[in-house]
Amino acid sequence: MSVLVYIDTLSGSVSKNANEAVFYGSKLGDVTVVTNGGIAADKLASLGNFGAKKVLAHRGINSNDPAQLTKLISAAVTACGANTIVFSQDLTGKAVAPRVSAALKAGLIAGAVSLPDANGIFKVNVFSGKALGNVKANTAIKVINLTPNSLAPEAGNASAAVEDFSADCGASSYTVKSVQKQEGEVLLPEADVVVSAGRGLKGAENWGMVEALAKTLGAATACSRPVADIGWRPHHEHVGQTGLAIRPNLYIAAGISGAIQHLAGVNGSKVIVVINTDPEAPFFKAADYGVIGDAFDVLPKLNAEIQKLKSSH
Amino acid sequence: MKFLVCISKAPDTTTKIDFVDNNTKFNEAGVQYIVNPYDEWYALVRALELKETLGGTVTTITVGTPEDEAIIRKALAIGADDSVRINADAKDAYYTAFQISDFAKKGGYDIVFVGKETINYNGSQVGGMIAEMMAVPFVSLAVKFDLAGNTATIHKETNGGEEIIELNTPFVISAAKGMAEQRIPNMRGIMAARTKPLQAVEPVACDQLVSFVSYDLPKTKSACKFVSPDNMAELVNLLHTEAKVI
Ligand SMILES: Cc1cc2nc3c(=O)[nH]c(=O)nc-3n(C[C@H](O)[C@H](O)[C@H](O)COP(=O)(O)OP(=O)(O)OC[C@H]3O[C@@H](n4cnc5c(N)ncnc54)[C@H](O)[C@@H]3O)c2cc1C
Ligand SMILES: Nc1ncnc2c1ncn2[C@@H]1O[C@H](COP(=O)(O)O)[C@@H](O)[C@H]1O
Repeated sequence: MSVLVYIDTLSGSVSKNANEAVFYGSKLGDVTVVTNGGIAADKLASLGNFGAKKVLAHRGINSNDPAQLTKLISAAVTACGANTIVFSQDLTGKAVAPRVSAALKAGLIAGAVSLPDANGIFKVNVFSGKALGNVKANTAIKVINLTPNSLAPEAGNASAAVEDFSADCGASSYTVKSVQKQEGEVLLPEADVVVSAGRGLKGAENWGMVEALAKTLGAATACSRPVADIGWRPHHEHVGQTGLAIRPNLYIAAGISGAIQHLAGVNGSKVIVVINTDPEAPFFKAADYGVIGDAFDVLPKLNAEIQKLKSSH
Repeated sequence: MKFLVCISKAPDTTTKIDFVDNNTKFNEAGVQYIVNPYDEWYALVRALELKETLGGTVTTITVGTPEDEAIIRKALAIGADDSVRINADAKDAYYTAFQISDFAKKGGYDIVFVGKETINYNGSQVGGMIAEMMAVPFVSLAVKFDLAGNTATIHKETNGGEEIIELNTPFVISAAKGMAEQRIPNMRGIMAARTKPLQAVEPVACDQLVSFVSYDLPKTKSACKFVSPDNMAELVNLLHTEAKVI
């Protein structure tokens, strides 16, 4: 079976989400990757480690315009005879996969969290992580939008053949006036560890201890919705049903009550640690480890202990 | 400007999710439906604001059964001029997008708004599909949207950041948090909504590309292990040796 995996490399590097999508694709068949922009060829060759045989790079497209990328992907499908197209359901995947599905009239498995079973049935996230759906595509060609952090890719030791790919994809349907990159910090949607805090922290000025712990752990920071709404933290940190849904390996929540709308965005986390003064806080029901205590006291102590652990390794 | 806003219904965010008929159907007993938050708070409100400053009309469209009229009236109460309901069960995203794009093409709309995603299926699918079917640009995850003449300036979220883009109508735009502030309908709006036009249109023939076979509830977590706030060494040890996450 021939599988085409689209990855977004406009940042100039291969993201963790991209490695996951390629690895996932390699479990389904022979993987050809298609991407665009100016990323260095040796970085693309390294996708061989996750199972890519070949990488097609369109050097002439430097935006993530869904209309243009749909043309690119359709051309690549024809070139490699793929019957399965895999995306990571990151922000580019969300914008492009549905368009490709409509262009090829190929059933879209949105938010897959598993490989298909013997009957071609995929598990997908529904009801904001409160349930899983078992879904199948009724078409010969399928498009799969893979939920980030659904599987742990194992790196092998191979190199993919990188080829320039040209196809007429038209002009971009919009002009990009400026690009603002989130620099430095660990990006929340890709983070393995997330330290999050809520209204229990009482004010923006108290986030230093959250950031310090995140720094020690190499973690991203997140927050509950009211915290973003009041303006203590930027909107892109808001997780939950109406914010970002994340699935890190470790989610540490301090001063967050654990309302159902908050849980909807984080209950896919592998391990949840909750720090709250109120033993009745609903979050403890969803937690693996709980600390009944004051975040102002617990967060610095936890940070100190983790520093000890890190320095002993 | 003719604005078309796609409105879908979603179970209230506090709904307890479970399934019936051998886990093949969502249990609707006692479920309170709301307008999908992204559609109501951001897409609809921004369309209304643009209409208020630039003129034009705001029409909402919903693919759904007569039961959906309650949430459609809510959209009218917030300020939409009129509503269309495609009289069909929204079988899958492709089917839904096909109905909406068919209507939008015939009506000559300048901008079609969708929400970032429905909070029940979380697919983020319908908007991109509509754009492809209409052969117009798709602007995904817009957090700020201004219009001057027929040129739009939009801030959109991308992997790892934000982009400011410019394009001309027509296009499809998906609304994310930040695009507008939620509006609460007032009494006058609610009264006016009762007599605003709500037209039902029969669907056009279209295939269903995906099917949901059944549903599962996530595995329940084992009980939480409590650690004393004075013993963070133990918590770190558990995270390191038992959970193996640090
Ligand atoms: C339609 C809808 C959508 C929503 N979507 C989201 C969403 O996406 N994400 C989201 O987060 N919320 C969402 N909400 C809001 C949600 O219902 C809760 O109101 C919100 O999550 C509460 O935030 P919080 O836990 O930070 O604050 P609170 O509920 O005020 O909880 C603060 C917690 O901190 C604890 N605390 C206080 N002091 C300390 C201390 N010193 N140390 C430790 N703990 C302390 C308290 O015991 C309490 O449990 C939504 C609501 C609605 C209606
Ligand atoms: N049945 C429907 N009727 C009208 N609009 C819909 C319907 N389903 C989804 N939409 C629109 O498409 C957006 C994305 O939905 P989804 O692809 O299901 O995440 C929603 O926020 C709505 O604006």
